[in-house]
Amino acid sequence: MTSVPVAEAAPAPGAQEFIPGAPPPASAIADIWRGIGRENPVLVQLLGMCPTMAVTNVLANGLAMGLATTFVLVGSGLFVSLFRKYIANEVRITSYILIIATFVTLADMLLAATFPDIRKALGPFIPLIVANCLLLGRAEAFAAKVPVKRAVADGLGMGLGFTLSLSMLSTIREVLGKGSILGHPLFGPRFEPWVFMMLPPGGFLALGIALLGVAYVGELRKRRARRAPVAGRVAA
Amino acid sequence: MRDLSWIFISTMLVNNFTLVMFLGLCSFFGVTGKVETAWRLGLANTFVLVLTAVSVWVLNTFVLAQTPYLRTIAFIVVIASVVQIVEMAVKKYLPVLFRQLGIYLPLITTNCAILGLALFQTSRGYTFVEGLVFALGAGLGLTVALSLMASIRERTELSDVPAVARRMGLVLVIASCLSMAFMGFAGMGTAG
Repeated sequence: MTSVPVAEAAPAPGAQEFIPGAPPPASAIADIWRGIGRENPVLVQLLGMCPTMAVTNVLANGLAMGLATTFVLVGSGLFVSLFRKYIANEVRITSYILIIATFVTLADMLLAATFPDIRKALGPFIPLIVANCLLLGRAEAFAAKVPVKRAVADGLGMGLGFTLSLSMLSTIREVLGKGSILGHPLFGPRFEPWVFMMLPPGGFLALGIALLGVAYVGELRKRRARRAPVAGRVAA
Repeated sequence: MRDLSWIFISTMLVNNFTLVMFLGLCSFFGVTGKVETAWRLGLANTFVLVLTAVSVWVLNTFVLAQTPYLRTIAFIVVIASVVQIVEMAVKKYLPVLFRQLGIYLPLITTNCAILGLALFQTSRGYTFVEGLVFALGAGLGLTVALSLMASIRERTELSDVPAVARRMGLVLVIASCLSMAFMGFAGMGTAG
């Protein structure tokens, strides 16, 4: 039915064992876990980098950004999946973008009504959720091909994975750069904040180190898997 | 006049879109394998940025003055159409470049730099000429950042790095150093 879209020809840089085209035969619960762990949007797929680094200087901003993105992911997943049989193939990208933009506008208004301070701090990065590749990527590669329940579960999982990674990064940057968490000071008055972590280069560095850590764990696992059968044979 | 040159320098170097404001990182990490492709994508982006600045000015002045809540949706639709036009033009007149850029050409639509430009232009209330200069500065800044990154990555390609750093980890640390270098421009222009 649907022709293979161009977007699937080029997987995200650094993606490991991740085939966007094939919806894996899994349940909704598995969809949620997949987003948090094995296909984590930030740490594994490297999608949505701009907000990841731009707003993660303090934990409150990172959390708000993550939750707003989760809201948009779930909403757009729901609608893309609902209308998947009615959207013509030629105009699908435009339709997805319009659905996403509608939910982003909703999220922006919700934030303005509930947390105006945080919305001010995030500035143009809330409307910029529209341009987050993660959203269009999930709509195109997943939500457009599966029933509503799984699309929503996938949106929730990806959103939670995104929120978790953002919270992790912003915690590192806030603790090192300001010596506080959610604005509460952690150390005594003699603490000298490492201002570098609050500045743009600190964002790149924090994510770089996080990715090095992920790669290191992967490498360790590979090495252990290689060693295990050999050890078994020697013991036998 | 001073204002215009200030906007240009400030957007290109002091507040470089990619390295200081974190806009357009997908192409920054995705297309910076080769210098050739990188600066060409930068110029394609510049072209789209300038076209966007013009259309956003038209939208803001004549259409959206009464309906600010429609901004995000209107901007993204206009950007998508501009990118579509550029894509068709590149395919017709520069087929080699079209093949080199591949998926990243249509992805300019979801390049945050373009939408970011539209939003900043709106929130700072730039006039038509100021908007044009802003777009030009942003585009050239993007081109500079992409070319710098690509030339560094071409060198690391041949060097012996630890297996752990072979993926994106090293690239991000390089980006951090580049960004640190650009922080050196901070404060430029405030004295004059």
